[in-house]
Amino acid sequence: MRAAVIVFPGSNCDRDLAVAFEQAGFQVDMVWHKDAALPEGIDIVGVPGGFSYGDYLRCGAIAAQSPICKAVVEHTQRGGYAVGICNGFQVLTETGILPGALLRNAGLKYICKTVGLKVETSDSAFTSGYNAGDVIGIPIAHHDGNYFADDATLAALKDQDRIAFTYAENPNGSVGDIAGILSENRRVLGMMPHPERAADQGHGGTDGVALFRALSGVFEAA
Amino acid sequence: MKARVHVMLKNGVLDPQGEAVRHALGAMGFDQVEGVRQGKVIDLELADGATEADVTEMCEKLLANTVIERYEIELV
Repeated sequence: MRAAVIVFPGSNCDRDLAVAFEQAGFQVDMVWHKDAALPEGIDIVGVPGGFSYGDYLRCGAIAAQSPICKAVVEHTQRGGYAVGICNGFQVLTETGILPGALLRNAGLKYICKTVGLKVETSDSAFTSGYNAGDVIGIPIAHHDGNYFADDATLAALKDQDRIAFTYAENPNGSVGDIAGILSENRRVLGMMPHPERAADQGHGGTDGVALFRALSGVFEAA
Repeated sequence: MKARVHVMLKNGVLDPQGEAVRHALGAMGFDQVEGVRQGKVIDLELADGATEADVTEMCEKLLANTVIERYEIELV
């Protein structure tokens, strides 16, 4: 079981994400943004949180054009798994792998706190360790987490059961309280909250562990 | 050649920064302001032979996110 964690200039959750993958049994390769290819045999790509390229132009916009992101797009087009967290979610929307965009928080403030996250579907490799309707405690830490998509996209997300998580109390104005979404083939997850920051007793919460454990179950069985 | 690209949030996309500016202007007594939308201006210095089509491609691929933004190109 192998995971790749992409490292951009300005990534700051890359090591946390690697530790969370490792604790779930993955061997982790850290992959620099200038690399044009992923290592052979990668099962899942993690795009971490942080402030890639200083959030210049738009959050995730410059990172989405980096050489490694071409490889990540190809990986997902081949049906490969990927998870983008926080800035990683922004990068995945900017590449077009996931629909919609992340806008500035409606209250304009950077928000850093643990929030209640409602699991909307357990039908994915990422969320099968939870029950739909569970409310878990996961930290958020973002300035631009206000998910936006047009009405047609939102309807498709709902109809296809692709909303993975919603906020129990909407902190940022995101449409439909959306905190995380799945790709059409359910193999790519983008979410603003940080499960890798709730993956160890020392974090003050371990509700994120089930996400990484569920993922490892998929690849162990394969 | 120079090009100036104006990038604005699409109508219907909430602009909390514009709203904050509107509130501030109202608080300062500028009661005549009914709405504020904030955008970006990007100036490009282009080599000879560059075309508006090139700039359009730049906008579509990087300078604007057409999910939430619209853009206008002004050749200077």
